[in-house]
Parts: sequence; C-alpha cells; structure tokens
Amino acid sequence: MPLNFKNRDDDMEKEIFEPRIIAFMCNWCTYGAADLAGVNRMQYPPNIRPIRVMCSATVSPHHILRGFQSGADGILVGG
Amino acid sequence: MDVDKCIACGTCADKCPQKVDDEYNERLQKRKAIYVPYPQTVPLKYAIDPEHCIFIKKGKCGACEKFCPSGAINFKDMEKEITLKVGSIILAPGFKSFDPSQHDTYGYANLANVITAIEFERILSATGPCMGHLVLPTEFNKPHPTGPKKIAWLQCVGSRDMNRCDNGYCSSICCMYAVKQSLMAKDHSATPLDCAIFYMDIRTQGKDFDRYYENAKKKGVRFIRSRIHSIAPVVGTDGLLLRYVEEKGASVEESFDMVILSTGIEMHPDTITLSKRLGIDLDHYHFVQSDSFHPVATSVPGIYACGAFTGPKDIPQSVMEASAAACSATERLAEVRDTQTKKIETIPERDVSREPIRVGVFVCNCGINIGGVVNVKEVVKYAMSLPNVVYVEENLFTCSQDTQDKMTELINEKGLNRVVVAACTPRTHEVLFQETLINAGLNKYLFEMANIRNHDSWVHANDPDAATKKAKDLVRMAVAKACLLSPLQEMGLPVTKSALVIGGGIAGMTAALSLARQGYPVHLLEKAESLGGHAKRLYQTFKGESIASFLEDLIREVKIEDRITVHMNTTIAHVDGFIGNFNTEIETTSGKKRIEHGVAILACGAKEYQPKEYLYGEHASVMTNLDLDDLLKIEDPRIKQAHNVAFIQCVGSRDETHPYCSKVCCTHSIKNALEIKKRNPEANIHIFYRDIRTYGVREDLYREARKQGILFFRYEPNEKPIVRHDGDSVQIAFKDHVLDRTLSIHVDILCLATAIVSYHDQGLAQSFKVPLDSDGWFLEAHQKLRPVDFANDGVFVCGMAHYPKPIEESIAQAQAAASRALTVLTMDSIKVGGVTAHIESDLCSGCLACLNVCPFKAITFNHRKGVAEVNQALCKGCGACIAACPSEAAVLMGFNNKQLYAQIKAAFAA
Repeated sequence: MPLNFKNRDDDMEKEIFEPRIIAFMCNWCTYGAADLAGVNRMQYPPNIRPIRVMCSATVSPHHILRGFQSGADGILVGG
Repeated sequence: MDVDKCIACGTCADKCPQKVDDEYNERLQKRKAIYVPYPQTVPLKYAIDPEHCIFIKKGKCGACEKFCPSGAINFKDMEKEITLKVGSIILAPGFKSFDPSQHDTYGYANLANVITAIEFERILSATGPCMGHLVLPTEFNKPHPTGPKKIAWLQCVGSRDMNRCDNGYCSSICCMYAVKQSLMAKDHSATPLDCAIFYMDIRTQGKDFDRYYENAKKKGVRFIRSRIHSIAPVVGTDGLLLRYVEEKGASVEESFDMVILSTGIEMHPDTITLSKRLGIDLDHYHFVQSDSFHPVATSVPGIYACGAFTGPKDIPQSVMEASAAACSATERLAEVRDTQTKKIETIPERDVSREPIRVGVFVCNCGINIGGVVNVKEVVKYAMSLPNVVYVEENLFTCSQDTQDKMTELINEKGLNRVVVAACTPRTHEVLFQETLINAGLNKYLFEMANIRNHDSWVHANDPDAATKKAKDLVRMAVAKACLLSPLQEMGLPVTKSALVIGGGIAGMTAALSLARQGYPVHLLEKAESLGGHAKRLYQTFKGESIASFLEDLIREVKIEDRITVHMNTTIAHVDGFIGNFNTEIETTSGKKRIEHGVAILACGAKEYQPKEYLYGEHASVMTNLDLDDLLKIEDPRIKQAHNVAFIQCVGSRDETHPYCSKVCCTHSIKNALEIKKRNPEANIHIFYRDIRTYGVREDLYREARKQGILFFRYEPNEKPIVRHDGDSVQIAFKDHVLDRTLSIHVDILCLATAIVSYHDQGLAQSFKVPLDSDGWFLEAHQKLRPVDFANDGVFVCGMAHYPKPIEESIAQAQAAASRALTVLTMDSIKVGGVTAHIESDLCSGCLACLNVCPFKAITFNHRKGVAEVNQALCKGCGACIAACPSEAAVLMGFNNKQLYAQIKAAFAA
C-alpha cells in the first residue's frame, strides 16, 4: 500500500518540482570531470551546488545529514 | 598565439571557417585551423595551424583575431631559432604506428570497416569522434547506428613480418592492447558483442597481464591461433569475410562487421634523420643500438634515449626508461647541480589573527565566457551585501597580469585578509591567485574560489537567470567558507642526504652506484656473503654479451666507490621514520646497528622455482636454465656429446600456483638452444612451449632458431609432455598439434624453463609500510605511471623484487629508482603542512578508526598519551580520517568541518 505523505508532494502538483542538490566532489576526479563538462559545453540542469573536497572519503554522515538539514532534497557524493 | 593571454574559451575555433582533418582523432573527424591539439593539453591553449590558416596562407580572414576576447591572436609570431647550452641530451621521439595502406595489407585502404587499432582507440574514447560510442565507420553519419555485432582483431600487422614489410621484430604491445580493446568494446556495446582475436602467440608477458588475458577468455573473447591471409568483402553488405584454418584443421569462413588491424610500431623517418644528424648508431630496425648493460645510453656520449626509440615497449617500461635516462643524463652533471638556478625572494607574511575579517571578492567576466551568460553586475551587487565583505570588484580577466598587480595593491589598500575569486576552476587557477596573496604578504590559504565558469556559465548557457542565481549561491558559499579560513603553515623538515639500498644483485648495485655517482652516500645491504645475486649464474644476455665479465666490473666499481658502504650478511631488523628521515636497525653478524637515511630502494630480487615435476632432482639429465648456464660456462662435455636436447617452457609459470608469465624464460631457452647448436651443430633440439614470448627484437632469436632447424612443439596446459626415466637419457612423450598424434623422443639433456618466484617478503614490506601483490611482488604506486614508486613516499623498488625481468630492464629500473630517489635527496627540506589532517588530542578517544582507514599509513597511535597522531610528512590531505572519526577530533586543515558546514548551510540560504 503506498504511503501517503503530505508535504512537498502537494507542492509538486502545483508546480514542477525542482530538487535542490548538494554535490560533494573529489578534487581529483569528479571536480575535474565537472570542469571538463564545462570545457566541452555539456549542458545540464542548474540544480546542483558543488562543494569541493580533497577526497570523497572525507565525506561523513554528518556532512550528508547537515545537507538535508539545510534544505537539500538530494546529496551526490562523487569520487 | 599569445599563450599568456589565451583563456581557452574556444571562440576562435567557433568562428574559424577553415575545417581540417583532425590528426589526433586519426582523421576520423574534422577540426578547425585554430585548435587545441588534444583535450588534455597542458597548458590548455589554442594553437594556429599555419599550414591551413587562411590568413597566414592568403592574407585574408582573421576572424579569430576579430572575435578573440583577450587579444591573444598574434599573426606576426614567427618561428624562432633558440640556442641552448646543455650538458646532456635525452631523445624521446616515440614511434609511428605501422601504416597498413602502404602495401594494401588487408584491403585497409578500400574497406571502410577495416581500421587500425589506433583508430579504434579513438572510436572508443570519450573525446573521440563517436563520444565513446561503439560505431561502425560505415555508420558514422547515420542518425541511429546499430553498432557492430562481431569484431575481429588481426595481430602482428606490421610486426613479426619479413614478407609484407621489413619489421621482423615483435612490437610487444599489440597483444595486450587487443585484449584490452576487446574487453572495452564489450563494455561499450549495448548488445552482446562477439570478439575474436586472431594471433600467432599471445604475448602478455608484463606484470599482471596474463591474468588479464585469462580473464578475457572467461569473458568470452575468442582467441584463434591463425594468421589471416586476406580480407574479402561480403558482397552486397558492409561485412567482411575471413578465411582461416581452425585448430582441428578444418577450413572455416566467418564474416565480421568490423576488422581491427593490430598495427605494430616503427620508427618515424624524421627520427632516423635526426639520429643520423646526431651520429647515433641505430640497429637494423632503426631502434637505438644499445648494449644490455647501458639500456638508455646511445653510441654518442652525453646523448641518452628512452621509450620506443630504444625498442618496442609499453607505458610502464617507457616511464621507467624515462627516469633512467634522467638519472644517466644528470649523473655527468652532478657537480654543477643548482649552479644556474635562482632562489625566490620571500615577502614577510602579515599577521591577520587579531584583525576583523575583511573579505574581498573579485568577480570575473572571463571576456564573455561568464559575462555572456551570468549577469556579473548583479553578482557583484549581491556579493557586496554579504557579511564581512568589504570590497567587491568586477574584472574582465581576473587572471591577467595587470589584474594580479592591482589585486596585490588592493589587498593592502583595503586591508583585505580573505580573498574570494569568482571565476574559473581552482584546479587550474588557484595556484596563480595564491601567488598573488603571497606577493601581497597574505598567507596563501586565506583564499577561496567560486567556480562560476566551468560549473556554471559554460554548462547553463541557455538559462542565464538560473546561471546568475547559481553564481550568487556559489559566491555566498565561497564567502561563508572564506570567513572561517585561517592561515596554514608549511614547515621544512630536514633531509638525511643518504640512501639505503636493500639487495646486492645487479639492480641494487646499479641503483647504489647511480646514487653514489650523483654525490650521495649509500648503504648497500646484502643478506648473502657475496655481491652479484642470481646474475652470478647467468651465462649471456639475449644479445650475446657475457654477464660474468659485466658483473665482475660492476662489483669492482661498487667496492672501490668511496660513497658506498657495503654491509654483507645483513638483514633489516626494524625501520622507523619516513621520507627524508628514516632510521633503520640492521642486523649483521657482528650485531645490530642503526643507519639514518633519507630514502630506501628495495632491490631484493626473486628466486628460481624448484620444480617438483619432470623428474627434476631425480634424473641427472634434467636441469633448469640456470643449471644449463653453469654447464655452458664451464664448457661441460655433455653439451658437445648430446644427440638430443629438449626444453620445456612454462615450468611453474602460467599455472594455478603462479598465474603469471616469468617473462625471461622463452628468450633464455632459445638463446641457450642456439648456443648448444653453435657448439654442437649435429644436436637435435626440441622446444616444448605454450606461447613463444620473444618480445621486441628478441624475435630475431626465434626466427634464427627456426632457421637453424630447432623444432618447436606447442602443448596445452592440460596435455603437458610426460617425462620418464630411460637409462642415461629421458623419454618425453608429447602430443603433436599438427599431426594430432602422440609422439615420443629420447633426450640426453632436458632443460626446464622454470618460473621466477618471489620471496613473499612480508616482513620487509611491513617494515617499509609498502604492499605486496598476491604473487608476492612488491606493488608499485601505479602500474603505468609510477612504476618504481610506492604510495609511501621515499621508498622505491627495482629489479626482480617488482616482477621477473631481463637484465636490461632491471638496470633501467634500478636507474629509474635512483632517479626517483634523487628527487628526495636533492631537496634542501621536505615541505610539510598545508592541507593536511590534524587530530585534536583533547577530543581523540583513541578508537583507532582513523589509523585503519589512512591509505598512506600517516597516522600512528601514541601509547603514552592514548591518542592518534598524524605525521605531517606522510599525510596527503585526503581526509579519510575525518569521515572515520566518530568524535570529530580529526580535522582537515583548509577543509575543516566548520568550513564545510558553513558551505552546506550557505548553499540554499538565499
């Protein structure tokens, strides 16, 4: 039986849901890849707010929970 | 092109009307006459192709000059001749891929779906003409290509071939790249893909290569031992028909969608011309003529060579040779080291600890790269409203030299103590701006960037409102972090300017001598009672040079070298310390002793496998190649008296216990077989093998052996030859794969080409905190790019301790290890600090979580205080300990949790 949450889903019906995403990016790979996506002018939605870290291994549950507390709908850890 | 002004925005290439074949992508697509030669160029700058530029050729156009936002185009730039005075020269001209169109081999020129391996590399590449999608050349322009279902690789195109070309050598790399391409092609294919590799011998002799080959077989890649004669088109389709004889002798016709020619490597005519001009001797294949004991030296003193120029080789071997050449080239210049370098003057750093936070924000337009999408004026206005921001400026190009000068002035004039630049990426520009901070007397870590170009204007070009909003968010996040930045200190730790080399074989002695000749004291440790290692038993190199006389010279040179202290009968008891500051306890016959050293080179070798099979140790006629070398050296009469001689290859190699190729045995056996034939031309010689792996110019030996009538019989691992006692001789029963019958011969000498096995020296590995792989070889930091380094800085590996290899490769690797060690020994001090981890001892509960996750073994446990501590010299600043620490005691300087939380909080705080 589907769960019935009454929160953002209601708003979603009114307007298109635009998720807010925090992306933790490893300096050596994902951050560089995102740079290269720019060099190649690859277009993607503007929903991501990147945070550069020196390695994805440094991202702890604390960082992820803080992200959600700050209003993120999704967290991406790239490394 | 003014590379200082070019910002690599790409406007020039956009506007350039001239389309040219893109040689980087093997002419599979077009580029412009102004272009970036390949995506990873360093520095990333555009270049004008004078052969095709309309303005340079005809004096008209100039579109790039008109549209370049930074005025970087300079048509007046001329070719200049520059004279340099140098003490040594290193030649690394690389190779040219064999061109199969020159003899119309396999219809390459006419059949579109017959391509070379290097063309296929481009097709598979994400930066290639098909964006990494597997597309047939005949479907390049179709909107919905179906892709190939069946691909064939033909090995040895332009290699091991004296008929279609004069390349008698093996190109060494093609087997491995074909296996790699087949697996990659399967990955890239949306539907199941059939891959077939047609080959003569699979030569996967490199470290871990045989495992890769076996894995490819498991994944369904078909390996068909057959040399294809020609390719015929399938009438009415784009398909290609191959005819071959399968193992059982039946003739088969099979069609494929695509055929890839595994083209070999050869020297470029320009390289041959250059060699002639420099007076360098080349061999009959136009590779550098070098002897096995000086693998990177040329016939001209002071000129060195590396890479494919000295013979076909893969990336790891080329990288090793490059370091070896650097070592040899600087050896003769050691006395004048640093006589022509300048010291940078330092500007005293301002103490900002008592100042209120004053952030300056510089927002860049990057010509129109940012300003064309993001409303920069709005971002500037917004930045002004952020807390602690006291100054905001808009720049056309923040990275230009005049802006840097102005920024230096502004930092002082406005009393800025935190700087944020909203522009491009810190990966390319952080260092430049940090330099400006240093020049303004600010600690360089009081800096933060907001990437509003690569991560914003360039990727949201069609949504200026969203891009402007994102730019504001990025600036807000950067300012939030900047407010919490504190100055980080970098300290210099002294370097003990001496080395410890473990192992007194050829590799160890070569490394020790190289370092000593560069001016550094070396302790050379040998566990046995004499120097030389296993080389003492070897007879000759594949080129026929005497190993004994070389070894004698080498040992003498080591003994008379004042800077080398040799410790015989010595082992390692305990190792303390880290890069630049090791303190090692050694155990000698006269007791324990401590040695201080800045670097360590592990050259502890390997050993011969002692066979349990084929009557070894039970019958006097059965011996190993080392035993046979002994007989050859003492001119034992059995060599001349033998009527029948046999060699069995892969004894203990490429099996379940040792699933790797021992690399040297095929060449060793064939060389010894030829030597027996020379001394005893009447002897019948039989070699039982699985694949003959005489890679590179060693292939000449294999050809010579067949010419001399030496017989080669292939066996399958499940049908090994059977050896029985037969009086003074032994009987060998084997299955002949051509006749498909079991035959038997009686031989007077049976030589077993035994595997080379590691010592599995776990103790030594743990002492130096370096890993061993599952076969017991020391595992380097990166198999391709850092072949002699370890993740643990200051420790290096060379010779057979790394993997079985012939003498010339051991010597090159020893010189490479010495070269890498020199990068440490030549430093005045080792910089530590900056972005590294730190553990707050008040918060640390001593749970050891950080110690277990640290990939660099930089964390130790202080038993007295009961807390974990970070060695700043070993920490690489990855921050793995931060995530592991349950009490947030571990802090990554410059990326601490307060700063990250501030960024997270600021992300959506608008």
